[in-house]
This record gives sequence, C-alpha cells and structure tokens, in this order.
Amino acid sequence: MNFSKSKRQISGTTVFDGDAARKGYALNKMCYSFNEQANREEFLRDEDAYCAKFGLNEQQRAAIAHRNVLELLEAGGNAYYLAKFGGIFGLDMQDIGAQQTGVTKDEFKAKLVAAGR
Amino acid sequence: MAKIVGSITTSHVPAIGGAIAKKLQEDPYWKPFFDGFPPIREWLAKVKPDVAVIVYNDHGLNFFLDKQPTFAIGAAPEYRNADEGWGIPVVPSFAGDLDLSWHLINCLIADEFDIVTCQEMSVDHAFTLPMALLWPDQKWPVRTVPVCVNTVQFPLPTAQRCYKLGQSIGRAIQSFDRDSRVLIIGTGGLSHQLEGKRAGFINKQFDLQFMDSLISNPTWATQFSDLDLVEQAGTQGVELLNWLVARACLTGRASLKHSNFHIPISNTAAATMLIENHG
Repeated sequence: MNFSKSKRQISGTTVFDGDAARKGYALNKMCYSFNEQANREEFLRDEDAYCAKFGLNEQQRAAIAHRNVLELLEAGGNAYYLAKFGGIFGLDMQDIGAQQTGVTKDEFKAKLVAAGR
Repeated sequence: MAKIVGSITTSHVPAIGGAIAKKLQEDPYWKPFFDGFPPIREWLAKVKPDVAVIVYNDHGLNFFLDKQPTFAIGAAPEYRNADEGWGIPVVPSFAGDLDLSWHLINCLIADEFDIVTCQEMSVDHAFTLPMALLWPDQKWPVRTVPVCVNTVQFPLPTAQRCYKLGQSIGRAIQSFDRDSRVLIIGTGGLSHQLEGKRAGFINKQFDLQFMDSLISNPTWATQFSDLDLVEQAGTQGVELLNWLVARACLTGRASLKHSNFHIPISNTAAATMLIENHG
C-alpha cells in the first residue's frame, strides 16, 4: 500500500492523521495539561510562560493568542484537546462551531435543528 | 457460564453531564433525549446484569498522544473519572471485574488481537455518562470492564476490524466460566463534526440507515473505511465504531427492544438503542 500518495480531501474537514499529530504535538500536549485545574490557572496567570514551557512554535502561539479554532487546527490541534482549551473560557461546542463557520451562535444552533428535519 | 444479555448503545455528548447536574431531564431541549431511557431502565431492572463491558473512546483523559493504543482493555480493580478540563461533575468510581478483564485479555490475544492492557485507567465522559443515563442514582449495580477504541488519531481501526473485535469479545464472554449476566455498552456518535468549516455537519439519513443495519444487516457498516465514515458521519461520528464493536459482541439472535433518535443534542445526532441477545 502506498501511504505517500496524495491525501483524500473531505470538504471543510481536517482529519487528525499522523502529519497533524506530528505537527501539533506540543500544542496538544499543552491542551492535555488543562485536564488539571492548577494548570488552567497557571496558563491564565502567565500565558506566554506557559506556552513557552510546552515549546509551542510561532504559528501555535499566535493561534492560541487569537483564540482562533481554524488557526489552531491548521497548527496541528486536535478537536478533543482544543475543547479543553475552549473550556478555560467557558466556550461550548456551539460557540466553537459558530466561530469556525462564520455565523452567530443562534444561527449555528438553528442549522443543527434544521438537520433534524 | 456467562451469558450476554444484550447491548445498549448511546451517544455520550459531554453536555449531557451538565444537563444531569442541572436536572434538565424535563427541559424541552433535553426531554426528547432523556425520554429514550425509562424503557431501557425497566429492561435493566428485569434482566439485572451484574457486569458491563463498556466499549468507548477516550478523549484525552487516560491516554495522551504520547501513547495512543488502537484497542485497550482495563484490568484495574477500580476506575475513576476526573476533571476533563471543563469542570463537568465527577461521578462515583466504578468497580472493576479483574477475572473477566484477564479472561478477555487472554482470549483476545490468543485470538490475535494484540491489545494494550491497563492496570490503572481513568475513564472519561464516554464511559461515565452512559452509566449515569442507565443508573441515574449512580449506585452502580454492575462491575465494569472498559474496552477503549482509538477514534482520535487516524488511521483508526477499520470498521471490519472493530466488528471482528466485537465477535472475539462475544466468544470470550461466552467461554467465561462464571455465572454472570453480561451487558455490553457501546458509546458515542452518531453523526457529528466539531471542527473545521464543516462543523455542525449531521447526516440523519446515514444515522438511520446505520441504526437499522444493526438489526437487519449488522456487517453493513464494515464496508466503510475510516475516511468514508468521516465523510458520511463527520469527524466525531466515527465513534459509531464503538457501536459496531458492541453489536458484534452479541453472539445469538439479536432483537431490537427499544430505540430513540433525536437531533440535535449539542452538535450531535443523539441516538440510543437496546438490542436483546437470545441464546
């Protein structure tokens, strides 16, 4: 089997594969640390120092600073780990969905309801 | 000898934990989902399983990407929940079943499933919320064996492989030399996608076809690759692999006792099924 051939693209979708896992390791490791309340507090006290401790690269550091989910994905972030980052700010999945799709939270929720019809 | 009484499969959206904590079961948003459970609880009260094998995926509580097993089985005396980053309420710990855990491990490895074994294991919402939905008083009447499937990092185990894993678990339970009534629980799904410009994707038609297939043609979903499943069910809809493992554990004739389907709970097509195993 040839794993190096061009990847299958699924519209609007980032698949967390080996390339993403390699690229995003430091970012995801930092987000994993947010399982602990003490670490969430340490991040909030000094964000720069906390990101430096995990060795985030410039792209990852900027994406964290921007609180921008699409940028975080581009930097190798995994949705389940990013959800722990979002949790620090009390964001739920409709906040995160709305931000990524460029609509208001109410519009995003309406779209979900419409999917059930 | 041990007997498999049936499988219960359900979504495990973290927000369910918040709804339980806030007692929102009768709230108009939540009621269509929670209403799927009373008939299942009645069945549980009648059938009285004494152990549950729970097929789920960890979301970065027990496993980080430093070590990401494709299949892992718990062999711990106790499993604890913990803070997952968003402060959802922590539930009481779960008793393990070391004899059944090691029996499964021995049988699966003999059957060429090279699983990871875990003598310490935290369990996240994918394990705890279905338990809290089945036993709302959270006084767990069953011992537990966690079976964790990688749905986080691609490539995922193929649907075909997941089905075979379930069959192997089913055979192993049947050969377990202890009088026991074993419930299989499969958690996650159905269609949903949290990330990217397609966030919010839900595929009702695919979900309903998948649910139907678990009775009418249980190997139907094994035709799909992991990326096929992403396309059809969304990046997190791939959790239906846990349902497929659970269904494949049923060794006898399977009959549908109850099902429920509601869109949306959070970003997810929320579904529940109870399938009874005969013989």
